[in-house]
Amino acid sequence: MKRLRAWFLAPSWATMLLLFIAPLAIVLAYSFESRGVYGGLSLPWTAESYQRLADPIYLVILWRSVWIAGVSTLVCLLLGFPLALFISQSGSRKNLYLSLVILPFWTSFLIRTYAWMFLLRDTGLINTLLQKLGLIHDPLPLLYNDGAVILGLVYSYLPFMVLPVYATLERLDRTLLEASADLGARPWSTLTNVTVPLCAPGIRAGAILVFIPCLGAYLTPDLLGGGKSVMIGNLIQNQFTTARDWPFGAAISLSLMAIVMLLLWIFARRSSEGLV
Amino acid sequence: MSSSPHVLELRDISKHYPTHCAVTKLNLALARGEFFALLGPSGCGKTTTLRMIAGFEEPTAGEILLNGASIHRLPPYRRNVSTVFQNYALFPHLSVAKNVQFGLRRRGENHIETRLAEVLHLVQLTGKESRFPAELSGGERQRVALARSLVLAPDVLLLDEPLSALDPNLRKQVRAELKEIQRRVGITFLFVTHDQEEALSMSDRLAVMSSGELQQIGTPEEVYLRPRTRFVASFLGALNWLDDFGIRPEATHVARLAPDTAVSPRPATVLRSTFLGNCLHVEARLATGQQVVAEVSRFSGTFAPNESVFVWWRPEDELRFL
Repeated sequence: MKRLRAWFLAPSWATMLLLFIAPLAIVLAYSFESRGVYGGLSLPWTAESYQRLADPIYLVILWRSVWIAGVSTLVCLLLGFPLALFISQSGSRKNLYLSLVILPFWTSFLIRTYAWMFLLRDTGLINTLLQKLGLIHDPLPLLYNDGAVILGLVYSYLPFMVLPVYATLERLDRTLLEASADLGARPWSTLTNVTVPLCAPGIRAGAILVFIPCLGAYLTPDLLGGGKSVMIGNLIQNQFTTARDWPFGAAISLSLMAIVMLLLWIFARRSSEGLV
Repeated sequence: MSSSPHVLELRDISKHYPTHCAVTKLNLALARGEFFALLGPSGCGKTTTLRMIAGFEEPTAGEILLNGASIHRLPPYRRNVSTVFQNYALFPHLSVAKNVQFGLRRRGENHIETRLAEVLHLVQLTGKESRFPAELSGGERQRVALARSLVLAPDVLLLDEPLSALDPNLRKQVRAELKEIQRRVGITFLFVTHDQEEALSMSDRLAVMSSGELQQIGTPEEVYLRPRTRFVASFLGALNWLDDFGIRPEATHVARLAPDTAVSPRPATVLRSTFLGNCLHVEARLATGQQVVAEVSRFSGTFAPNESVFVWWRPEDELRFL
């Protein structure tokens, strides 16, 4: 029995070891090496890359990333909760609406992001339309700013908020909502005092699922934020490409991972049900 | 308070669903302070009736009056009635105190700490204020649900099979406690149940429903002793059916020799006799071929199969229906 169990687990262990732990160990090793003269790596071992992270320039980028990811998560929650609530009350149309929420995943992420660029740029659909209607004279600066980045992140990660919140709403005991109304709570009061608190596990799961990829995002800020809106993901990408400073890139990656794990740990401690 | 003699009145209430009629032209009137049971088998429309009074379902036709004022178009949160749900529906994220105060806070009422203490004392939950529902026993949860509704002093308290989730041993004890609490607070209770013993033992009056229609209303004695229909008679207790009338097993006598006082004793053959502890069930076949069950005292001796006996009853115990 024990042997059988070991055999069944072997593929997972091998995958984890080969594709997760080994690369992580390599990144960890990189982060403590020195930068080669023409890029790449060289000895001696040093913690210099980590010391450089304390530079205010990088702390500002980190803070910006946390802020943008935080705002995106909040907007996802404000849009996603009502949507999930609506879907959970849609009876036979639930599955149709859920499919629509997932529909954008059927197209490439890159193409969808380019589509936003076509919509938002100065000669894009929105600006052209507004100018044709005579509502504006000069094109609005819709692209290449934090707003565009947040828009892109919210658009990309909204389903990750909707689905877990929907799942908890589906499991919610309807008689609790009836009991609330029965005791004199108006619909809004029932929502804030019963529905939302009981949905907390789903909201937490959704917030984690949105916040983490937003924090490390690089494609969306790169394309929609232009050069102005650098997030930590772009910084890491830069170190491995143009800057050719692999040890520093590795050090930022691991620091980002440490921050995410710290946040997860705080979340897990605050919720008795664990992460999800 | 209004001048209406009835605290709650249902006039020609019907509830139709696309596939069936749950309730048909139901008329009920509850006197202030009475313990009223709505009794019937599952699917008879009693829970639908309760939900229409609470406001979770809208009647297809008819009128619901609370203290003489029409309430059937109001949302649940604007009706001064409160429900004790079958599964109690306690808020799992709130403590006992917060559960009980929920309604008071929503209604913006005063003295909520005092009222909390009073009602918890009434249901004997003092000291459990900071517990969460998951930490309570079934009986305690039931009392929290009761306290949460009672603290609002509703005109009518609606109880949807509140004892069905409890341990059978606990049920009989809770029946007496519930009856006592109702007597002390003086609030009108409308108690929905499918258990005839519960309905008979607790209620001042009861209504029997079947297939969405009211069968009979009366005191437990009236309904049990003078059932209007064969359905009521057999739902409220065992019944021997003899062509044109029924007779209850406990009113049926059996002996090897009928005493002189027996009115028209009938010869019969014992089929089997079952010992039930406090009594004996004797099944016998009359000479006319009908089978009857007699519930006799265990002091009446024993009966063996194929034994010849006499069966009789008092003519006034015969139950005749329309």
